[in-house]
Amino acid sequence: MTREELRQLREIQALEFTVLEFALYLDTHLQDQAALKEYNRYSQQLRELRMDYQERYGPLHIMHPSDYPWEYPRSPWPWQIEY
Amino acid sequence: MWRYEKILQYPVRVSRTDLGLAKLLSAQYGGPDSELSAGLRYLTQRYVIPTDEAKAILTDIGTEELAHWEIIGTLIYKLTEGVPVQRLRRAGLGADYAQHGRAIYPSDATGVPWTASYIQAHEDPIATLHENMAAEQKARATYENLIDLSNDAGVIDTLIFLRKREVVHFQRFGEALNIVRDHLEAQD
Ligand SMILES: [Fe+2]
Repeated sequence: MTREELRQLREIQALEFTVLEFALYLDTHLQDQAALKEYNRYSQQLRELRMDYQERYGPLHIMHPSDYPWEYPRSPWPWQIEY
Repeated sequence: MWRYEKILQYPVRVSRTDLGLAKLLSAQYGGPDSELSAGLRYLTQRYVIPTDEAKAILTDIGTEELAHWEIIGTLIYKLTEGVPVQRLRRAGLGADYAQHGRAIYPSDATGVPWTASYIQAHEDPIATLHENMAAEQKARATYENLIDLSNDAGVIDTLIFLRKREVVHFQRFGEALNIVRDHLEAQD
């Protein structure tokens, strides 16, 4: 895994965490409009970043379109990545 | 359904292999207050819990716990990766090697295999949510013990992240408890 790939992966990791944290909060605060706005802003950013990463480096999950040969098994497995 | 993502929730960095520490971390892989217990407890409690908020929080926290289970598995994997058998034996992991090789197996820090008797599911939502709040506090305390026992900066960084998650989960379950209480009172 190149430095640039790892940098982008960590950026996705950080954004996914932010989105999850807002989602858990919203699960018990359905009417918090300010939090919902933040959630939507970050989840939009995350969607773009994930698309971009997967087009460059291959799928993070099996629902993503793949080039030939099937790419999913070949990218590094989470426990094998050197941070 | 669940969908796997090929990414850890938080980075795992270890400076060197450490067999003693790997063994201790099993507490959170297959121990009573482990991430495995947490994940299965919440995901199996969802079906009969009243209120959509409580269903959502059990689903989403339960799913996050499985991501934590993977983080602990990754820590143990990296701390034991490639270690020669005789070193494993000298570190007191001979019995683990005899039964599992270097495979990761859900048992606690003393080698007792994980069992469903660590968790409970009750139809009474007040009992269930109190159990979950207690479980989060027990997991927090376990992480504090593990942080005290660690001397690897990378491992400590990951454990601090996991400890903080237990605090947030406790908070969310407390809010769910209030929502469920209001719901039950409105029914009376
Ligand atoms: Fe938790």
